[in-house]
Amino acid sequence: MSRSLPDPEGSAPASSRETDPQKIPAAFQIEELRVAFGSRPVLHGISLEIPARQVTGIIGPSGCGKSTFLRTLNRMHEFTPGVRIQGRVRLFGEDIYDPKVDPILLRRRVGMVFQKSNPFPTMSIQENVLVGLRLAGIRNRSLLEERLEEALRMAALWNEVKDRLHAPGTELSGGQQQRLCIARALAVRPEVLLMDEPCSALDPIATAQIESLIRDLREHYSIVLVTHNLQEAGRTADFTAFFLEGKLIEFESTKKLFTNPHQKQTEDYLTGRYG
Amino acid sequence: MKGRHADRFPNEPFRASAALRNASFAPGWILDKGFGIVAVAMGISVFVLAGLLGWELYRGAEKAISRYGMAFLTGSQWDPVAGRFGALPFLYGTFLSSAIALLLAFPLSVATALFLTELAPVWLRRPVLGLIDIMAAVPSVVWGLWAMFEMVPWLRQSAFPFLQKAFHWLPFFQGPIYGVSLLAGALVIAIMITPIITSLAIEILRSVPPTLREAAWALGATRWEVIQVAVLPYGRSALVGAGVLGLGRALGETMAVTMVIGNRPEILLSLFAPGYTLASVLVNEFAEATSEEHLSALFAIGLTLVAVTLIVNFFARLLIHNVPFFFSPRPLPLQPIETKQ
Repeated sequence: MSRSLPDPEGSAPASSRETDPQKIPAAFQIEELRVAFGSRPVLHGISLEIPARQVTGIIGPSGCGKSTFLRTLNRMHEFTPGVRIQGRVRLFGEDIYDPKVDPILLRRRVGMVFQKSNPFPTMSIQENVLVGLRLAGIRNRSLLEERLEEALRMAALWNEVKDRLHAPGTELSGGQQQRLCIARALAVRPEVLLMDEPCSALDPIATAQIESLIRDLREHYSIVLVTHNLQEAGRTADFTAFFLEGKLIEFESTKKLFTNPHQKQTEDYLTGRYG
Repeated sequence: MKGRHADRFPNEPFRASAALRNASFAPGWILDKGFGIVAVAMGISVFVLAGLLGWELYRGAEKAISRYGMAFLTGSQWDPVAGRFGALPFLYGTFLSSAIALLLAFPLSVATALFLTELAPVWLRRPVLGLIDIMAAVPSVVWGLWAMFEMVPWLRQSAFPFLQKAFHWLPFFQGPIYGVSLLAGALVIAIMITPIITSLAIEILRSVPPTLREAAWALGATRWEVIQVAVLPYGRSALVGAGVLGLGRALGETMAVTMVIGNRPEILLSLFAPGYTLASVLVNEFAEATSEEHLSALFAIGLTLVAVTLIVNFFARLLIHNVPFFFSPRPLPLQPIETKQ
């Protein structure tokens, strides 16, 4: 029954980095966030500061509200009927639920990568990467070409696809498709990248590639990574938040949370006591 | 060593029962074989039926074919009394009325389907869907009755005079207005195929994976852009297919059209003039065809109708596979990029 604690040392984020979340400027400041679907509350007042240019992992058992939380950060819940959102979410100081904020523009600043890779099946690799820019109305050819290469290089896909940019995106392997989706999200140069279990459908090699990619991307982006996989959080996240039943139980530097959790519930989860 | 379950599991390998080991066929093999035979027979019967249909039509039409040959399709005179049979007016009427009907019905259907799947509030969707399915099930002759007593008088008194006034410089809207006309026929076909195409289009749009819509939303797409980038490109070939099914229905549509199209075998440019279709002439003249020649010409009309439907379907299928759909996002004006190192 015992499951060993994930080893935060292995390929741990550089230990020289700041480990106190309070001392790093925040990308997102979340205050008393409550979300309910109809009469069913899912998040019960989450308050959290997500540090800028760090990888913040969010872990917790199924149904704890991790994905719901992630989707409040780019207002993806607007299409769910009967959803109620209370509280405040600020992105670099600006309240994103302010009626003056256009959710369309917000989503260009907050990129998202989904659990299942979802390249547009009728588009080529190139079109998939550039579709966000095209939606933003950018027609300048040299800029598009530059961003295409930049995004694909950042997503560590350039060398694999540079000779077949006009091939359909769905021709790529599962891991490549997920990196294509990351490139698509990066091409618009968002300020934050939200990732909803990006590796859960991938084999170990593709997972390792994406995880190393996430660690590289944190130089430029603030990343929020929802994951099922404790080892993944241990390997890639600088900070980790543990959610349970719609509440934030603990938020700490990954190393501290995994080796020396303050809360009994965190320890129980890490040692395998809640599914 | 005695395990925990020694009382339940004897310490020897499991074997299947003697009955199973000695049987040479799985029980139920007769059903399996029988089902296979029946299924193959059903499959073959499709070809047999199509072959028989073609053969019977051809045999009935043999006289007309041997007498006129291809001139049957190009002749513009249809006069059973004088014994002159040319099918061109019917071909013209069939194609033109169906094409106009599809032109009107297809955008309307796709737009309705988009509204119901992407935009409409949830409480509105079910009742409208139910209504559309009811409309698709209304018998042709009922539409015809409504068109004859309600639509045609309205066209004669209001719509056609208005169109004539607005577009009098176009030859399609000139000449006397009777009400019954090719355009009236096209309109009633359009009304009849709209619910069918809409119903199919809704199913198609519903099958678009939600993950694609989310991908577009997450990139900062507006509602229209989500439709343009994620929804329509995914469904485009299926939507064209739905249009083709509608067209097939339009070409063969008989009763409602016969009741309002005017039934005059003439090729006139004006859409206000009466027309005639292949299906209408069959239903109007079959019972009264006395001469062998007339009957044979009608069989030839039937054969033509089948051929037209098949050819249209064939070309539509080519279209589905080869032509980029006009809704698809504009391809980017980019050349392949030279590899930089």
